[in-house]
Amino acid sequence: MTDLLLTHARLIDPEADSDAPGWLHIRDGVIAASGNGAAPQGIEQVLDCRGKCLAPGIVDIGVKVCEPGERHKESYASAGRAAAAGGVTTMITRPDTTQAIDSPESLEFVARRAQADASVHVRHMAALTKGRQGREMAEIGFLLDAGAVAFSDCDAVTRNTKVLSRALTYARSLDALVMLHPQEPVLSDGAVATSGKFASLRGLPAVSAMAERMGLDRDIALIEMTGVRAHFDQITTARALPALQRAKRNGLDVTAGISIHHLTLNEMDVADYRTFFKVKPPLRAEDDRQAMIEALRDGLIDVICSMHTPQDEESKRLPFEEAAAGAVALETLLPAALRLYHAEALTLPQLFRALSLAPARRLGLAAGRLAAGAPADLVLFDAHAPFVLDRFKLHSKSKNTPFDGARMQGRVLATFVAGARVYGEP
Amino acid sequence: MTFTQRHLLGIEPLHPSEITTLLDLADDYVRLNRGKRHGDALAGRSQINMFFENSTRTQASFELAGQRLGADVMNMAMQASSIKKGETLIDTALTLNAMHPDLLVVRHPHSGAVDLLAQKVNCAVLNAGDGRHEHPTQALLDALTIRRAKGRLHRLNIAICGDIAHSRVARSNILLLGKMENRVRLVGPPTLLPAGIADFGVEVHDDMREGLRDVDVVMMLRLQKERMDGGFIPSEREYYHRYGLDAEKLSHAKPDAIVMHPGPMNRGVEIDGEIADDINRSVIQEQVEMGVAVRMAAMDLLVRNRTATTTTEGIMA
Repeated sequence: MTDLLLTHARLIDPEADSDAPGWLHIRDGVIAASGNGAAPQGIEQVLDCRGKCLAPGIVDIGVKVCEPGERHKESYASAGRAAAAGGVTTMITRPDTTQAIDSPESLEFVARRAQADASVHVRHMAALTKGRQGREMAEIGFLLDAGAVAFSDCDAVTRNTKVLSRALTYARSLDALVMLHPQEPVLSDGAVATSGKFASLRGLPAVSAMAERMGLDRDIALIEMTGVRAHFDQITTARALPALQRAKRNGLDVTAGISIHHLTLNEMDVADYRTFFKVKPPLRAEDDRQAMIEALRDGLIDVICSMHTPQDEESKRLPFEEAAAGAVALETLLPAALRLYHAEALTLPQLFRALSLAPARRLGLAAGRLAAGAPADLVLFDAHAPFVLDRFKLHSKSKNTPFDGARMQGRVLATFVAGARVYGEP
Repeated sequence: MTFTQRHLLGIEPLHPSEITTLLDLADDYVRLNRGKRHGDALAGRSQINMFFENSTRTQASFELAGQRLGADVMNMAMQASSIKKGETLIDTALTLNAMHPDLLVVRHPHSGAVDLLAQKVNCAVLNAGDGRHEHPTQALLDALTIRRAKGRLHRLNIAICGDIAHSRVARSNILLLGKMENRVRLVGPPTLLPAGIADFGVEVHDDMREGLRDVDVVMMLRLQKERMDGGFIPSEREYYHRYGLDAEKLSHAKPDAIVMHPGPMNRGVEIDGEIADDINRSVIQEQVEMGVAVRMAAMDLLVRNRTATTTTEGIMA
């Protein structure tokens, strides 16, 4: 088994909120010890980190792998390589595949595929309702037994509140976690942009940012009514924040996430109808982006995720309204997030609280920490190394990144999963 | 020459001097057309009209403009063609590109679709209306009409009235009239005004009489049939009562104010029939005439630019 000492590292510990030089000892796939003083002697394998950052590996809630159905867009093998290259050590997959993951049989299929092909940990979410149609609840009990870590219909917001309230009540009885997409479904129907000057000038169908708050308000009322544990996949507008804050203050068991794109891009980036910037919900105004960064710093928003959504060229080379939404982000998540660090908006421990610690805690996983006994899921990265992103060098099968040609800072040097190196030079 | 565009995709990229150049040339073509003569600026050139959305007037105007300058004009009714067979817009564009046209005139129901197409072909592309985005030749023909009627195209008060939210004509006109330093007012019910309108650098009125006070030009917009019932306005008759242009409402404008409409008109909905036909006020027929001249000028200038720059770029540039 592994016995490896990492020396001269800059240890980023979100749990202790510390960023300090030190060493870390991995044995048998778990973290045996770490410290700031003299490193222990007599360990055969030693890796000198040369002052680079060592942090708990990223736990990414909401990755789409396109098996079953659209393996040409992304397979477990390609997603696994992309995750390893991006410092993501646990992928939490979404059930919004062509054939939704809504039965124990389909969940077993993807679990088997992930086990066989992916080099990082993979846990799966399952659909809350059959076919994500919002009509009948899925077999939540069986799916839990089959290993589902959370339940979500993703961006298919349930219009029928009665169905949703029953599904949440049932999920509550099994203590299942649900992930909700806060959006008023009728108001946002057909919208591909956030309403405002930009969308109006471009002539794009748009929805008010208020639709997110309306969806959030309904869902929070249902959470209060049913007592279910819930996570909001993406909160992206300033107007939604007071409602989220009230819900947390009132003691509801809620957490919230945001995609890296909503933290680092705004609606103006769409420019002349660039479809790689079409995501769901649509990119917001700069004021909203700033408010989200602040909410993340305060801990009101708990989690940063990639919302990795592979799309092939054919689905994107269309007029903006017709083009598919979503962007790949497993590999760009960390360098993009480091923009917030370089802009001095967040510290590295704050970033990794949102990238690793908080998502792991929410899902009841032991990862996301540097404490002794925690799994040795780690990312070693150079926070300053500059590069220009070339989308054709991404490991994902799909190359739909909004960061193509962008100058970025921060490269993953090595990724460890359960003590084994899955990315980087030996 | 101060017209440097490769395509005419919208008013947004145009410089005021380019607009003036185009309108000056269009004035020449008005004289040519009235003299019943033909030009030869596009002789030996081929022009393809691709309309993914129904159009009678704009398509006919482009067709005539091409023919008056000697171009070979082909019309493709895209509604009935390969689009129905699942071909993507880009494949259609590449197919047409392989036929080496000089000019491609495109109308499409989706905003930005013409920009996308222009990236994939190596001929000049003219936007004949894309979604709710832009309709540049309409704004240019409106500008020419105003300039000829008022003797200038600056420091005028111009009201654009009606369904602004869904109108590409309104967007192109707001941009053009703004660039030429006019004061633009938008008049319409709040449900038909786009979001973020306050940031457009225009005045906004929901009371039509106030909106028309002392304006030099009244531009009416067509209200689409499908928007008349319940969704955006309560009814046709309430709309006509509050926002239809009649003699009484027009009396709030300057005595010599002109009335414009891009057509086709809904008489008795957005405009009173008598106003539309009043030769002392309405310039609606002139607009149609200017349309042909402006399109001749636009195609002429684009082809000149293509000839000036040797076209060596690849299809997928």
